Amino acid sequence: MQRITSVILRRYIPAAFARGLIIPILAVFTAIVVGSIFMMINNYDPLAAYGGMLDGALGSKRAIARTILNSVPFVFGGLSVAFAFKGGLFNIGGEGQLFMGAVAAAWIGVTALGIPPWLHVFLSLLAGCIAGAIWGGIPGALKAFTGAHEVITTIMFNFIGIVFAGWLVSKGGEGQKQGPLVDPDPMNIVPRTAEIAESARLPLLEWGREPMHLGIILALVAAALIWWLVWKTPFGFGLRMLGLNPSAARYSGVSVVRNTVITMAVAGGLAGLAGTVETLGRNYYFAPNFNVGYGFDSIAIALLGRNHPIGVVLSALLFGVMDAGSTRMQLNAHVPSEIIKVVQALILAFVAANEIIRYIYRLRAEGEEEEVVLSTGWGKR
Amino acid sequence: MSPSNISPTSQASKLVLETQGITKRFPGVLANDRVDLTLRRGEILALLGENGAGKSTLMNVVYGLYQADSGEVFVKGSPVRLQNPRDAISLGVGMVHQHFQLVPVMTVAENVILGAEVTRTGGLINHRAAAKQVADLSRRYGLEVDPTATVEDLPVGIQQRVEIIKALYRHADVLILDEPTAVLTPHESQELFQIMRGLTSQGVSIIFITHKLKEVLAVADRIMVMRAGRMVGETMPDESTEKSLASMMVGRDVLLQVEKMPANPEKTVLSVDGLVCLDDRKHRVLNGVSFEVRSGEILGIAGVQGNGQTELVEVLTGLRFAAGGTFQFDGKSFRKSNPRRINEAGAGHIPENRQRYGMVLSYTVAENMILNRYYDAPFTRTMMLDQTAIETYASALVEEFDVRTPSIHTPSGSLSGGNQQKLVVAREVGRKLRLLVAAQPTRGLDVGSIEFIHRRIVDERDAGVAVLLVSSELDEILFLADRIAVMYKGKIIATVAADQATRDELGLLMAGITT
Repeated sequence: MQRITSVILRRYIPAAFARGLIIPILAVFTAIVVGSIFMMINNYDPLAAYGGMLDGALGSKRAIARTILNSVPFVFGGLSVAFAFKGGLFNIGGEGQLFMGAVAAAWIGVTALGIPPWLHVFLSLLAGCIAGAIWGGIPGALKAFTGAHEVITTIMFNFIGIVFAGWLVSKGGEGQKQGPLVDPDPMNIVPRTAEIAESARLPLLEWGREPMHLGIILALVAAALIWWLVWKTPFGFGLRMLGLNPSAARYSGVSVVRNTVITMAVAGGLAGLAGTVETLGRNYYFAPNFNVGYGFDSIAIALLGRNHPIGVVLSALLFGVMDAGSTRMQLNAHVPSEIIKVVQALILAFVAANEIIRYIYRLRAEGEEEEVVLSTGWGKR
Repeated sequence: MSPSNISPTSQASKLVLETQGITKRFPGVLANDRVDLTLRRGEILALLGENGAGKSTLMNVVYGLYQADSGEVFVKGSPVRLQNPRDAISLGVGMVHQHFQLVPVMTVAENVILGAEVTRTGGLINHRAAAKQVADLSRRYGLEVDPTATVEDLPVGIQQRVEIIKALYRHADVLILDEPTAVLTPHESQELFQIMRGLTSQGVSIIFITHKLKEVLAVADRIMVMRAGRMVGETMPDESTEKSLASMMVGRDVLLQVEKMPANPEKTVLSVDGLVCLDDRKHRVLNGVSFEVRSGEILGIAGVQGNGQTELVEVLTGLRFAAGGTFQFDGKSFRKSNPRRINEAGAGHIPENRQRYGMVLSYTVAENMILNRYYDAPFTRTMMLDQTAIETYASALVEEFDVRTPSIHTPSGSLSGGNQQKLVVAREVGRKLRLLVAAQPTRGLDVGSIEFIHRRIVDERDAGVAVLLVSSELDEILFLADRIAVMYKGKIIATVAADQATRDELGLLMAGITT
């Protein structure tokens, strides 16, 4: 028994973990170096720039709090994409699912239900999650029953979701009706919902004097749950089988229809929660401009995290650091914050085209490693 | 290339290719251990060995796909360093892989010249000149093929010729054929052998990789045998028999035909009545198939591939719906069913494509052992996979079925083909069955594994299981089946008792000729 345990430990934990980490770490490192060269060409001081970024992201308790808050939607979004990936599906619909989640949470949040705060928070979270799940589940069903490719349908559902959420809170022009969820206060000229009730806000954590809501805990719990679901349950066994070899999954009696719908619904629910935590924890209302591309960054985060929950949490934190630090970087080193976008893009380029990294660092290709499949191609299954 | 200035004696003795002490190590495996190989001008050298013996590794070294850890390769007497296939091609070494490297939508001529195009001034492709060159080559070497035909419309045997022409077009005079007959019908194989002899008579040297013993004896000039990464022997066809080659390959005596007692069929387990089914392109591929399989007997379905056998198996195992007809398994109709229900009713299925349907290559051996029963006790308890139960079960099956794997946590993709198949067989027959559907259960396997799997199939029969064996290997059908049904164009055109069937009679039936 002890022998078996030690074999498992040796086999699974360090080797696989190290193997999974090496490419992303080298990609980040290389991107930072290439980013520096880029800055030097433009006569900026890279050391000051990165120093400013770290200072802005991790230099104080306040900064760290902001970094963590930034990371929370990234964790949910990254988990959403990674989970769908595991089932062989490519969820590009994070953006739309996130909008639906955010606006649904605000809807329940502004409604005074006269119920205890914990229940109000819970119901608001649930509403955001369900709205996202529906918005992911419909493309899932379209794929399962008609074969419509989820990449196309989720992109379309992004447009529908974003515009629909926008309409819900629109002020309306001359002679037009206002959206049903718009803030009834006539003094407010911004298209947004009213503030959510005190009872629907995510509780704040005691962390010095800095505002820090429960979202990070929820995100970590979600990551753990997804890990458990994918690697420890029979559902996950079938899900991964479907992602790795759909024919073998069919042979083994895994229902392709059922699993495709469920996978996309769960992915949508996770993305919905990314929007929900922003509404319930940060903004306290929904406005269509709340989102800064979380949905699309999520794809990058899943890719960098190699579709593993731990990887997703780590890369979400990295993106949180970069986002939080870019303002200070601009202030300290006068480097435009867009540079950070360049570095982020480089990281992704290096992760996606990891042959470059293997070549630079003379890494051997690992035959048995699970390949990150970006898309299963058109009309497969 | 031109053999005219070489005298017959020097032609026979001149070495065109030689390896000395090739060693190639992969993580955990010594794939080639100081391998010496010689190839003389104008001969067919059969390179024989079980799966995983190191034949392909050696050839990939010679073709520049792998670099040896140590040892040297000589081409026409001089030592060479091969960094990639381009180096090999420029030295006149060509390889035809098991999986063809052709563009299906292009013509034969286009495929041949791809990467070495004939152009007019201005860089445009000179299609007419290309077609003419291809036609010349095919005439010269007796490789009949229409240069203007589109590759995807050609049968497999002709596509293979295109591959050979591709190599010849690049001036190859050493040809490596990697299991070329695995995809061919018996007739196509005979044609290939004629082509091979034609090529050698014009000075081309051929390394013919295979594990089919009959073919080796029929076509080879010389035989080299590999086992476990080493070259274990060299022999001549007229000094060898199938039995002697088999024991050289496996390292022990092998039963080419398993012994079995007469069958004791009891009650009907599977009865198929008028089954009709369409393939993916909506062509009718099953045209009213009826038969019965009884407990304790093996019904063999013989036939050339593509006569509906694949679809028949898919319908019976729930992977495809029948368009008409019914089938009953233990008295219950399963026409509109799914793989899981049929599996749970006690039907095992050894799929014809083990890597596509039979396993998930990146799953471990243990995970693949429970691939279609993972959701049930004892492997799942209270919504969680029970690792201990899975590992105990998998270890027992690995032991019982002699699956050679470093550990049950090894990804099944890194096992050899024979061991992958043993894994599938272990999973499917490692539990109590009522019906076993075995489709091409030994395709691409070496004699050692074939013997083992045949033994297990007969054991299942003797334990009272009804066995439906589908195979395009006539030998396999003749060795194992108690009754033989021949399928032709979606119909069963004859059913005969195995002890009265002859090879010739079955061959005619497989070609659709009923007397």
